[in-house]
Amino acid sequence: MPRPSHAERPVIFLPPRWNIKRGLNGDFLFKGVTVLFAISILGILLLMAVSMYRQSLPSIHTSGWSFIPGKEWDPVGGTFGALPYIYGSLVSSLLSLALATPLSIATALFITEVANRRVGGMIAALVELLAAIPSVIYGLWGVLVMAPWLQRTVEPFLNDHLGFLPFFSGPPYGVSMLAAVLILMIMIVPIITSITKEVLLAIPDSQREAAVALGATRWEMIRMAVLPYGRSGILGAVILGLGRAIGETMAVTMVIGNTPKISLSLLDPAYTMPSVIANEFAEASSDLHAAALMEIGLLLLVVTLIINSLARLLLWGVNRPTGGQA
Amino acid sequence: MSEATTDAKIRLDRLNVHFGANHAVKEVTMAMASNSVTAIIGPSGCGKSTVLRSINRMHDLTPGARVNGSVLLDGEDIYRKECDPVTMRRRVGMVFQKPNPFPAMSIYDNVIAGYRLNGRGRRSEMDALVEQCLQRVSLWDEVKERLHVNAMQLSGGQQQRLCIARTIAVMPEVILMDEPCSALDPISTLKVEELIDELKEKYTIVIVTHNMQQAARVSDTTAFFYLGELIEMGDTKKIFTNPEKRQTEDYITGRFG
Repeated sequence: MPRPSHAERPVIFLPPRWNIKRGLNGDFLFKGVTVLFAISILGILLLMAVSMYRQSLPSIHTSGWSFIPGKEWDPVGGTFGALPYIYGSLVSSLLSLALATPLSIATALFITEVANRRVGGMIAALVELLAAIPSVIYGLWGVLVMAPWLQRTVEPFLNDHLGFLPFFSGPPYGVSMLAAVLILMIMIVPIITSITKEVLLAIPDSQREAAVALGATRWEMIRMAVLPYGRSGILGAVILGLGRAIGETMAVTMVIGNTPKISLSLLDPAYTMPSVIANEFAEASSDLHAAALMEIGLLLLVVTLIINSLARLLLWGVNRPTGGQA
Repeated sequence: MSEATTDAKIRLDRLNVHFGANHAVKEVTMAMASNSVTAIIGPSGCGKSTVLRSINRMHDLTPGARVNGSVLLDGEDIYRKECDPVTMRRRVGMVFQKPNPFPAMSIYDNVIAGYRLNGRGRRSEMDALVEQCLQRVSLWDEVKERLHVNAMQLSGGQQQRLCIARTIAVMPEVILMDEPCSALDPISTLKVEELIDELKEKYTIVIVTHNMQQAARVSDTTAFFYLGELIEMGDTKKIFTNPEKRQTEDYITGRFG
């Protein structure tokens, strides 16, 4: 068959890189694979949410919207309300975060700005070690050592001196919201500290020198140059800590007392969303009970997503005025 | 150099700086006169920045740095025990190689940052000071409409002039400049050089520079360093036309460095 002449040959326009064999095999394939993996993450999340929604349908149909503000949780009677768990989760994680944040930032500042390199390095290594301890160990220590100590010493003291406040009223049980807050605080301090430390180490020395050359003391240098420069990173560290606190199951379940009631007092036992799932899923008494637990899981997912989105908004708000910084 | 010792603003006496095992500055003795510009030149790694940074005790921040000898500011050793480096640094300001405004602050807040360390002044006083300092570095007309926007929106040359404004807002007596123009384009460089010339009426300036034309243009006295030692120091014109030492001549004629 005669070759078509030049004029008759069909002209095919392809993007330049497609004409290069190397580009087709390499970049195109690479891009395809990465896109696939990136989408699959989203897909897994979506799949999980959808299946959880379908599994919790019986509960959604039975309780409707009253599931969220409902205060009663009665698997035998078939009444399910999630509010005590939502309350317990939010209060325990937010309070622990409020206690852990200043502690962590101060520790990180000590490691990077105050201590000499050897002492700072040693403390940093210890902090990282703390972050690696399995949560069940924290829980065991909490329930065997900390809770009895709280019951004998701390809670009676708080009750005697601050008992007029609703937050410290009632009998000391040991296992309580207070115990959960403290154990969560101990668990998230290492995470927030080690990330904040990395953020602080990444701040260029020229920033510190600028402040010091103006006649700043060490604290003034931290306030003027270090913290403002690192604020978005530090906020990110705090958010990761919150994520860990709200999802933490084992240690909290062991020390919080597992009582689904809403009480202002930190000395009273409480319950969290992950804890009730972990405690009851194995012996769910009915399909409705299992569905209700699934709905709690769905709620936890939603609450986590909301908190993360709020945090992103906050980060965005903090970053914006900084503009394009070098 | 003995003629400068009497009215010297700054006098280095047998200054030695070590970084761990590295002997970076060796037995340097020199003096800088009041209201003059002293340029420190020399090839990379010759210790010029190290000398400059020992004049306001910047090495205090560097782990492993050791300073021996003395640096006299108005006749008083800044390395003596009773000397508070924080108060001393308010008298000896510094401008760095790379413009380093505080990125979380506005232009206004950057200028006033050092001043605020001494307590909050009245608003009107601060406004006046900001305007005066920005005028001084000829930045006022470029930024007066947007004093409260973020400082990072300025160009590199504007940022460096902002840093100089921030330095003079604390009203120091001495300004140390560590290659202040090496990150700037020629036009910004020219502006900063003009500024140095104006500033020397009020301040004593020590400038480290890689650029020999710059040293020749802005300085009254030039010191040439090589391998951590002060080779030669004297009147800028003389150093550049008729140096005494062979090494100085080789360097300024471009035979090495």
